[in-house]
Amino acid sequence: MSKPKVIVVGGGLSGLMATMKIAEKGVHVDLLSLVPVKRSHSVCAQGGINAALDTKGEGDSTWEHFDDTIYGGDFLANQPPVKKMCDAAPGIVYTMDRMGVMFSRTPEGLIDLRNFGGQKNKRTAFAGATTGAQLEYCCDEQVRKHEAAGLVKKYEGWEFLSAVIDEAGICRGCIAQNLATMEIRPFIGDAVILATGGGGMIYGKSTTSTICTGSAAGAVYQQGVYLANMEFVQIHPTAMLGDDKTRLMSESARGDGGRIWTYKDGKPWYFLEEMYPAYGNLVPRDIASRAIHKVCVEMGLGIDGKNQVYLDLTHLPAEFLERRLGGILEIYEKFHGDDPRKVPMKIFPGIHYFMGGIHVNYSHMTCIPGLFASGECDYMYHGANRLGANSLLSALYSGTVSGPAALNYIKGLNKLAEEAGSKCFDQELKRQVEFDNKVRNMKGKENPYQLHQEMGEVMRANVGIVRNNKDLKETDQFLREMKERWENINMVDGHGYSNQTISFVKELKNMIEMAHAITIGALMRNESRGSHYKPEFPDRNDEEFLKTSKSRWTPNGPVIEWEEVDTSLIKPRKRVYNVSKEESKNAK
Amino acid sequence: MQNKFINLKIKRQDGPNSPPWWEEFSIPYKPNMNVVSVLMEVRKNPVNAKGEKTNPVVWECNCLEEVCGACSMLINGMPRQACSALIDKIYEKTGFGKPIVLEPLTKFPVIRDLMVDRQVMFENLKKVKAWVPVDGSFPIGRGPRFPDREHRWAYIISRCMTCGCCMEACPNVNAKSKFIGPAAIAQVRLFNTHPIGEMHKEGRLDALMETGGIQECGNSQNCRKVCPKEIPLTTHIAAMNKETIKYSIRRWFTK
Repeated sequence: MSKPKVIVVGGGLSGLMATMKIAEKGVHVDLLSLVPVKRSHSVCAQGGINAALDTKGEGDSTWEHFDDTIYGGDFLANQPPVKKMCDAAPGIVYTMDRMGVMFSRTPEGLIDLRNFGGQKNKRTAFAGATTGAQLEYCCDEQVRKHEAAGLVKKYEGWEFLSAVIDEAGICRGCIAQNLATMEIRPFIGDAVILATGGGGMIYGKSTTSTICTGSAAGAVYQQGVYLANMEFVQIHPTAMLGDDKTRLMSESARGDGGRIWTYKDGKPWYFLEEMYPAYGNLVPRDIASRAIHKVCVEMGLGIDGKNQVYLDLTHLPAEFLERRLGGILEIYEKFHGDDPRKVPMKIFPGIHYFMGGIHVNYSHMTCIPGLFASGECDYMYHGANRLGANSLLSALYSGTVSGPAALNYIKGLNKLAEEAGSKCFDQELKRQVEFDNKVRNMKGKENPYQLHQEMGEVMRANVGIVRNNKDLKETDQFLREMKERWENINMVDGHGYSNQTISFVKELKNMIEMAHAITIGALMRNESRGSHYKPEFPDRNDEEFLKTSKSRWTPNGPVIEWEEVDTSLIKPRKRVYNVSKEESKNAK
Repeated sequence: MQNKFINLKIKRQDGPNSPPWWEEFSIPYKPNMNVVSVLMEVRKNPVNAKGEKTNPVVWECNCLEEVCGACSMLINGMPRQACSALIDKIYEKTGFGKPIVLEPLTKFPVIRDLMVDRQVMFENLKKVKAWVPVDGSFPIGRGPRFPDREHRWAYIISRCMTCGCCMEACPNVNAKSKFIGPAAIAQVRLFNTHPIGEMHKEGRLDALMETGGIQECGNSQNCRKVCPKEIPLTTHIAAMNKETIKYSIRRWFTK
């Protein structure tokens, strides 16, 4: 009798957590990753992970965390799974602590907590300003332990191309490509968990890593999986603009006392503190980004007349800064040259995180049985705007759900993938090999990297902080043309071994499809909610749009369906950050 | 700044078994570029300095913020991250326009061009059991207390991104030796310090005393100079050296 096996795609926090949960139960995992898992994008998370540990005498609770998350997300998230996540958070942080994460400490030797945006209590556990890296390394180590015991086999340097779906519509594995030899082969698995992250690269420049293309999500979207809430893309208020990417300057800089300002009438103007006295510099990211945008673009008050404002840490003691924020100060100093301990940092909002993603049920399964999604590539926990330090939590928590859910699903199968016959594998493999041949032999005129750059510029300009229906319609048209121009690509690398351009051209095709889903979602949502802001429709409209948008792929473009949001635990209320949360409950 | 060019001289290799060759590129200068952004320009227009069409240069990169460890290469002979190698800074030293020489790390097998296979480093982490052997990933309450004093230096070790610069700089890591290198040794100190990891320190010390272990260190001190995360590797190697000696004497007496 054959033994069950699970395929996990992606070696970031969610994928590694799911892997750990499955291996712990004695089930074998094939772990596919584009890069050695330790280099996954989770390492870029800086500020911390939220958990209501309540070790600061503030009377914090998991309910308060839950309420802040739902409120911060403008009530678009289904509430029951978010509540479960917030309830599980302290346990997750303590577990990571046992596993050796170097969380920063209090004098008593406990995990220290810092402030973060959109929440008034100290709730964010952190490891200096490299919390994501520390959590990722820890999960990497635990998975290495299971690897050494023979329960996990890593396929690093392999790219997921598509899911294998049999005649009954059940996912039986996937097709992947080795990025060195370029070999394409099927992987048999009784469940496939996609933990493939967000898609910042769709916007060209973002705070994300170069592998965050959203390509895997785009691939299964074209195979019938729904995408949800794609129009919600987080723009982080404080990033350094660069030629090759925008580099994140953590919210923890403000959590630890950093202030945002620019000059007005020749004097420093701390505009966030003035506009939002109750939260000040720690308003949620969508609010802060819009304020910076307004000050620079609408009022023309950016520093040196450019789109930039100051993020100022210079009033804080050097030793405190070094210990708490050393990791990001180093990044700023290395890449910009100025010392942020002495000179305020120049920042502007940058594309950062996808709240939306693959549509899944509360067990993280997609509409294709056996195909799961967890981590940033799903849409589950953040509604219309994510609170800082909730992403490391949702990445880990979703892995603790998707892994066991996959095992549970396998128990109910009447036959395993190995016994399901090879027909569906042969068919999908053939499709991918043919597609690979097509891409290899593209002799058109377009350079794929230039095409990507162009798409990023249009997406940033039209589907960013401020959205107008006219621009969105133009972007729809632009993306339709992009699909045609993609066919006219030139395969600029003529070599058969470790050809990164082949891989990039395939990713670009999926990125265009994802961009289209984002754009159409934004076009259809005629309201302003969380990160999605339309001056033509400046208010939230719960009657029409307190709904999850679900995007279904068709050859003629995305078709949007609407799904009710479960708001059974907290009644939606108006979101206002100029007053305290208690007062906001009475706001009309 | 118009009509100024950045010149690159790149050691290229088509595959693991192909011979290396050199190719030069000339890229229009913009302020604030780094080696990765220059390579990105090359692939947008893959033409060499002679104006001939060529294949885009293959290299590894990911975060572009010096946290993922992917883009290590030799830049003007020094092992470092390409993303944080700012062109303006390099030219401050060498003079503007002087060719910047890019080569793959030499202590690892080349995959193609500037991309190498550093799998051996992850295997070494397996050898030294670089993890905390917890009973499981389920929540069973608070972790152990850990003094801030210890945290301050242990946290620095835990920033190691397995980039391979220390291996490249170490004369004792070479084709003839099995030396696991500085990074793995420092990791042993990290795990032997953690209150739960410490309960299993003997296994890691045993691993450090096997072939390719700590005794292979020749104390050239190069590793410390090149570590992009400024981990005082030599301090940790010295500390582990002491530990293994103490441990082997104790082991000999208790046999």
